[in-house]
Amino acid sequence: MADASNVDAFVEFERVQKSYDGENLVVKDLNLTMPKGEFLTMLGPSGSGKTTCLMMLAGFETATHGDIRLDGVSINNIPPHKRGIGMVFQNYALFPHMTIAENLSFPLEVRKMGKSEREEKVKRALDMVEMGAFGGRRPSQLSGGQQQRIALARALVFEPELVLMDEPLGALDKQLREKMQFEITHLAHRLGITVVYVTHDQTEALTMSDRVAVFDDGRIQQIAPPDQLYESPENSFVAQFIGENNTLEGTVKEINNGVALVQLDDGELIDCKPVNVSRPGERTRVSIRPERVEYNKERLQEGVHTLKAEVLEFIYMGDIFRTRLRVAGNDEFIIKTRNAPDQTRLQPGQQIEIGWLPEDCRALDA
Amino acid sequence: MKLSKLSALAVTTALCAPSAFAEEMANELTLVSWGGAYENSQHKAYVEPYLAANPDVKITWSQSAAEAVAKIRAMNEAGNVTWDLVDVVASDSMRLCDEGLAEELDHDGILAAAPDGTSATDDFGDLIVSDCFVPQIVYSTTFGYRTDLIDQPDTVCAIFDTEKYPGKRSLQKRPIDNMEWALYCDGVAKDDIYDVLGTDEGVAQALAKLDTIKDDVVWWTAGAETPQLLADGEVVMGSTFNGRLFSAIAEQGQPIGMLWDMQSFDLDGWIIPAGLPADRRARVLDFLKFATDTQRLADQAKYISYGPARASSAPLVGKHADLGIDMAPHMPTDPANASNVHVYDYEWWADNRDDLDAKFQAWLAK
Amino acid sequence: MTDISQSGPVLAADGTPLKRSLARALRLQKMRALLLIAPLLLFILLTFILPVADMLYRSVDNRIVQDVLPRTVQALEDWDPASNQLPEEAAFAALAADLKEAANAKTHTKVAKRLNYENPGMASVFRKSGRKIKKWDVENDGPYRERLIDLNKGWGDVELWKTIKTYSGIRTSGYFLNAVDMQLGADGAEMRPENERIYNTMLIRTMRMSLIITFSCILLGYPVAWLLANLPASKANLLLILVLLPFWTSLLVRTSAWKILLQQQGVINDTLVWIGLVDDANRLVLINNELGTIIAMTHILLPFMILPMYSVMQTINPTYMRAAKSMGATDWTAFWRVYFPQSVPGIGAGSILVFILAVGYYITPALVGGTKGTFISNLIAYHISTSGNWGLGAALGAILLAVVLLLYWVYDKIVGIDNVKLG
Repeated sequence: MADASNVDAFVEFERVQKSYDGENLVVKDLNLTMPKGEFLTMLGPSGSGKTTCLMMLAGFETATHGDIRLDGVSINNIPPHKRGIGMVFQNYALFPHMTIAENLSFPLEVRKMGKSEREEKVKRALDMVEMGAFGGRRPSQLSGGQQQRIALARALVFEPELVLMDEPLGALDKQLREKMQFEITHLAHRLGITVVYVTHDQTEALTMSDRVAVFDDGRIQQIAPPDQLYESPENSFVAQFIGENNTLEGTVKEINNGVALVQLDDGELIDCKPVNVSRPGERTRVSIRPERVEYNKERLQEGVHTLKAEVLEFIYMGDIFRTRLRVAGNDEFIIKTRNAPDQTRLQPGQQIEIGWLPEDCRALDA
Repeated sequence: MKLSKLSALAVTTALCAPSAFAEEMANELTLVSWGGAYENSQHKAYVEPYLAANPDVKITWSQSAAEAVAKIRAMNEAGNVTWDLVDVVASDSMRLCDEGLAEELDHDGILAAAPDGTSATDDFGDLIVSDCFVPQIVYSTTFGYRTDLIDQPDTVCAIFDTEKYPGKRSLQKRPIDNMEWALYCDGVAKDDIYDVLGTDEGVAQALAKLDTIKDDVVWWTAGAETPQLLADGEVVMGSTFNGRLFSAIAEQGQPIGMLWDMQSFDLDGWIIPAGLPADRRARVLDFLKFATDTQRLADQAKYISYGPARASSAPLVGKHADLGIDMAPHMPTDPANASNVHVYDYEWWADNRDDLDAKFQAWLAK
Repeated sequence: MTDISQSGPVLAADGTPLKRSLARALRLQKMRALLLIAPLLLFILLTFILPVADMLYRSVDNRIVQDVLPRTVQALEDWDPASNQLPEEAAFAALAADLKEAANAKTHTKVAKRLNYENPGMASVFRKSGRKIKKWDVENDGPYRERLIDLNKGWGDVELWKTIKTYSGIRTSGYFLNAVDMQLGADGAEMRPENERIYNTMLIRTMRMSLIITFSCILLGYPVAWLLANLPASKANLLLILVLLPFWTSLLVRTSAWKILLQQQGVINDTLVWIGLVDDANRLVLINNELGTIIAMTHILLPFMILPMYSVMQTINPTYMRAAKSMGATDWTAFWRVYFPQSVPGIGAGSILVFILAVGYYITPALVGGTKGTFISNLIAYHISTSGNWGLGAALGAILLAVVLLLYWVYDKIVGIDNVKLG
């Protein structure tokens, strides 16, 4: 992960630690390297240290230990206003006493830019977010989505190479949020800027990012592109946190040819891909995505182990069916099936057999 | 304030209610005085013996004499006089009498004769300056000086001599006395003072004289200020009432000396507010007759160095109640102190007060 | 239900017009609301609105002259003061009759007092004559002109008669003119003689010093309010208690404490002399002048500035500052361009509060102001409680009220009253 010699490195965290009270570390040994132009999302539950990392990068918090570099230069001692980093805040932080145009003009004014140049850049930035007609209004006269666009335009108007976004879509409703996710990603890629995006919404993280850094307990648990993160979580926290996930607990019996035979606590055997386990006798927690579980015997691979399951509940969700099962004593085992013409609808009380491809079942740390 | 007056009235009327006959006397009596040592002397000399003889009577003191005129006027307008007997200076008694706010009295009819049979009118003599006024004491406004900070002055004109007597001096914030002293020290003969002061040139002359020490004057409004300023060393000399100086010198042992030259005599006495109900009036007259007899007035001098208003009381003045010193030499009326006095013209001031006040205030503000 | 499209008023289900029906339904609510505020309304009416109205009326009330001297006023109607001749015998006869009646009713001194404000010396003419005229038989004792002048030579003075005539209306502008250092002369209003002018000076001084006090409060209060708004809650509460602490002691005690601190033999001077910053012979004059009033009043009024500023600053999200800095603004620019404008409503509210309180203050200036540091309210208090000239006091009060309202209006024009937030 951390590689100081990486020539592509634009943003680097090296062994960064942060403590507010001198007793507890909120950020523990953070190492991160970002190439230029990347859209990286810091994802994690609240208190995981992701916002602190963002604030250290912006310069509003100082690292207790370690080095933060921007384009190869250590910025630990550079005050925020000299870092040239654009930032979008959760509540937008549009100055209420200025018009939209004045808001956008502000970063240019403090850079002592001439009036005509300012006006032109403000206009271009407003057009970019399709808000060209709103320059004379006050922030309070705009809707949440419009304010969001203005905040974005304001962070971009002085053409920073790095833009930080702190849960910028948190206050929007679902539809608007999805639209804005799309717009932000497009804009970022079109302008070729580097973005560090903080959110606790995993869908947002998966849909927008080039790479996602999953934070927990002051550490990056895994940093990977979205598909890899979803499909190949490296530990049970990531597996749990990203997407929906079924877990079963057991002990490794044997590992052969990259397939681990795991005996569940009720004695049944299943085949898994060993990720965090290396030898028989280890406790493990296996993780299976609900949409990778198969109950149609015809589609199951020959010779794989199957488990008995009882249907507890069938939920019709439109595009998919969601069925809750009791599997190996776990009442919360979920399977998702596509609403297709040939799909059978399971009935509560029905006894079925379920199975999966060994590579879809990941044996992780206990 | 208004409420307490109302409730006082309610109490009084409630207590008066049973009195069907005019000669029936109310048992509540509200006396108004100045507070401090002076009120204390009245309490000791008049009230305590009166209460001993009339145990049913309840006497309440109010310390509002300084605003007596304004308050009596307000009470009269509201048709709700709650005071029974008010201690005022002579000029206030004249104003109240003129405006019909104080009752005109038949002095010989209601006051006790002297022990030798001299009528009250003759015994008080000229001091009955208004038909409504029953004099109690003669006091004077005179100067005290710090014996340790300046040489002993022998004339009132020392206040204008800042070279020989450097330091601040305190004067009362009003034209009365100050204008007269200024003219006197500017060479105007004592008998001509009011004639000169009656002209615009005379006023200008007096103010010009006061101008010479304007920057060295601390103006006071309450009698306690000068003794305090002298004690603090804030001023080296200052005018105040002679009783205040006596208590600073004799009772507190401050390094202060008395300057009796050109002391300005004034009178203090009782008035009865006009329009009291018959029972309250009967009680007031009873008390007044007792409190202004020869012995009572002489007794008061045991507690404070103000001269009794009756000629017949003078020989009875004895020693200070606590200090045991002879009080006669501390009286403003003592021949040794009264060799050069300023006789303050009530009539003249009653006519010219408003006019001179305006000019004096204008001068002060400049 | 009625058909909306039909012409005529919309009707409710029972056929009454909907508007009336609604009004009836709301009337009960309104009555209840009125009942709830009635005690306060009554209280304010009795203790605030009526006294203020009474005060305003007193500043122009001049009924006393006509009430006490009705015949004289009538007899003087045809007299031309410009002639500089004494009026006819009829006026003297009318005066004798009026004066005798007034003397018996003891009202002659009231009119004397009123006229003495305009022409010093008239009081004694009335008073002295009143005492003797009681014994006259006004039916048969004519001619009165000689007798009255004989009684008091003041009646032979044309100026006295002019004053009576000038001030015979039931309303007068005399008090208001006096309150702006003017008087009614032969040719209408004119300035008073130089040595009697005081009220304009005092009014301007009051305004100027109140502004200085307001600005000192802003300067001293702003950082404190900022600190209050930005400290963690527990520390902010402690600080807030410290800010409010002065309210726990009496105003008089606080002012007297300043006396002890500021006087020439006081704590501050003693300390400075002891350090050697000030020579013992040239101790600083910190009290009994403008400076004393400004210091003491700034201290006393400071909480009234801090509290509204604090409550406004509390609502300013700290991310605004961060946003500004992230856009390249230095700490100062971020403060001045972003934080400060948002705190202006608090400054406005505090300033209006402090200024209006300061303009009307009189205890503190009276105690520490000496002669140069007193306010116009001290003169109002003087006229109300000492000199007894309530009309003049009322006129001064009315002018003060008008000036404050005017300044309020100016403030609204410049800053906008919507920009004032008390919390």
